[in-house]
Amino acid sequence: MNQKDIQAIRAIITRHKRWDMLFGLLGLLALMVGVLTLTVLFADMAIKGAARIDYDFLTSFPSRRAGSAGILSAWVGTILVMLVTAMSAVPLGVAAGVYLEEYAPKNWVTDLIEINVTNLAGVPSIVYGLLALGLFVYKFGFGQSILSAGLTLGLLILPVVIVATRESIRAIPQMVREGAYACGATTWQTVRDHIVPYSSAGILTGVIIGMARAIGETAPIITIGALTFIAFLPPAPYTEVFPYISFEWLMAPFTVMPIQMFNWTSRPEAAFQVNAAAAGFILVLMTLAMNGMAIWLRYRLRRNIKW
Amino acid sequence: MTANAQTMSVPMTSAPDSVSDRLRKRASRHMKERVIEFILFSAASISVLTTAAIVYILVSESLTLFEHVSLWDFLTDTQWTPLFDDAHYGIMVLLSGTLTSSFVALAVALPLGTIIAIWLSEFASFRTREIAKPILELLGGVPTIIYGYFALMVVTPALQYLFPELPGFSLLSAGLVMGIMIIPYVSSLSEDAMRAVPMSLREGSYAMGATRLQTALRTVVPAATSGIASAYILGISRAVGETMILAVAAGMQPNLTFNPAEPGATITSYIVQVALGDLPHGSIGYQTIFAAGLTLMLMTLCFNLLGYYMRKRFREVY
Repeated sequence: MNQKDIQAIRAIITRHKRWDMLFGLLGLLALMVGVLTLTVLFADMAIKGAARIDYDFLTSFPSRRAGSAGILSAWVGTILVMLVTAMSAVPLGVAAGVYLEEYAPKNWVTDLIEINVTNLAGVPSIVYGLLALGLFVYKFGFGQSILSAGLTLGLLILPVVIVATRESIRAIPQMVREGAYACGATTWQTVRDHIVPYSSAGILTGVIIGMARAIGETAPIITIGALTFIAFLPPAPYTEVFPYISFEWLMAPFTVMPIQMFNWTSRPEAAFQVNAAAAGFILVLMTLAMNGMAIWLRYRLRRNIKW
Repeated sequence: MTANAQTMSVPMTSAPDSVSDRLRKRASRHMKERVIEFILFSAASISVLTTAAIVYILVSESLTLFEHVSLWDFLTDTQWTPLFDDAHYGIMVLLSGTLTSSFVALAVALPLGTIIAIWLSEFASFRTREIAKPILELLGGVPTIIYGYFALMVVTPALQYLFPELPGFSLLSAGLVMGIMIIPYVSSLSEDAMRAVPMSLREGSYAMGATRLQTALRTVVPAATSGIASAYILGISRAVGETMILAVAAGMQPNLTFNPAEPGATITSYIVQVALGDLPHGSIGYQTIFAAGLTLMLMTLCFNLLGYYMRKRFREVY
């Protein structure tokens, strides 16, 4: 090989290395677009809204005057709706996940269920809103209530819970089941005493991610026709007289945080935009905290469990 | 996984209760197992019921609309004014908004998502990846109403600074923010697919003297095509079904346009707009949102089926 060829080869190598480095930079840049958006979004809300957040903001009802409006009915509504969502989605999702992993025979019924779960995860959330409007609000007669909204969001996050349950069950080694069966346990005993307890942390992670998604969902709740101006609280869940527990709140009209924020965002007055930023800031903090918790939980889980 | 612990013979040594007692217990336990299995099965079949209910509600409400409006008008009319006296029902108008905003979103999300996925899978160190992935996940976890607010209050003014003639509501700013929201969906699935490509393929490529970029683009990406394609399709169906960003930042006037710099209504934002007003149950306006929903559902179903087909067709098994 003469000197000229070697030099040509070296030039090619340098060029390829330069491309390699350029792409490294490009990737970092692309990542920064995401990080930067997240930062700007967070900072913008913090700067505009944080000054508005005080005790009065949390304990006042919405008002026609931006200065005295608050989010009391919104955060109470959010908590109650989330309660219904968790009560419906967690038992159903875990049961479905357990069935698909531990019981389901290999046949077309199981295939049908699996395809449906995958497909439902891809259905836009607003379609769930239409389902709820037709089914819960009018066919079942639940009206525009906390119950309708909670069940809608429950259905929406059901695939998330099912998938999380299945994945954490699948991570349990086969020998755990074999050990249980060898001791004469029935399938249910194995599931109750071994499978569910061992996968509970993974299931919890999935539930938190699902709830974080449900808490910010706006479209399906608007679709069922939730009112945006609610200046009262639902009836209390306890009563003075026997039986002390009341479920009247399930049927009460309500508003939730994202709807309150949407309402304020769509007003022309700048003062309401400040309220929207404040409500948004609280909402973002809530979802980020929930997502962060799920990520931390998953991280802990991966470190601690060594089968 | 059905182990039949019940069918094993019952041990008869030193039992305080008689054999018949035990057999009875066994029978009741068997019964209990069956009941529990049935309950769990019912929970699992909720998913099938949900799909069936969605299809039933959308189709039955839409059918009552199509008694008044012919399918041909619905598909070809160039105006969408169902709430006016001079009512027109051309879904094209809403569809154009959906397609335009999705196009803008995907023009952002697909390239950025793919670059991030390649970078995370082939270039980043373990530490960087451990930090970057949760951040991307947070990006996907922010409620869409927050993104809508962000598009309206931050991105639109910023774009107006660059292009002063941009209106206060535009498909462009909504689409751009939507694209950023979709990045994590594209990047995390594509990255999973790339990381599933066996190390031996990379080693072969490196042994031939390829650089990391060459290995990534000519070996890893082709080997992960099916996964990347299904990530893209997930991104597309997210973009088509996205609601709140468009309802807040794109304006809600129906507008037959493919120009992103104009305001417009999409299928989803139209549904929100109608639901915000008080439309009586059973009116034509009420039925139109179900017809719009059915159109949306059919579109996402097509994408889902396409994704399923792609995964089957191009799956590389190692």
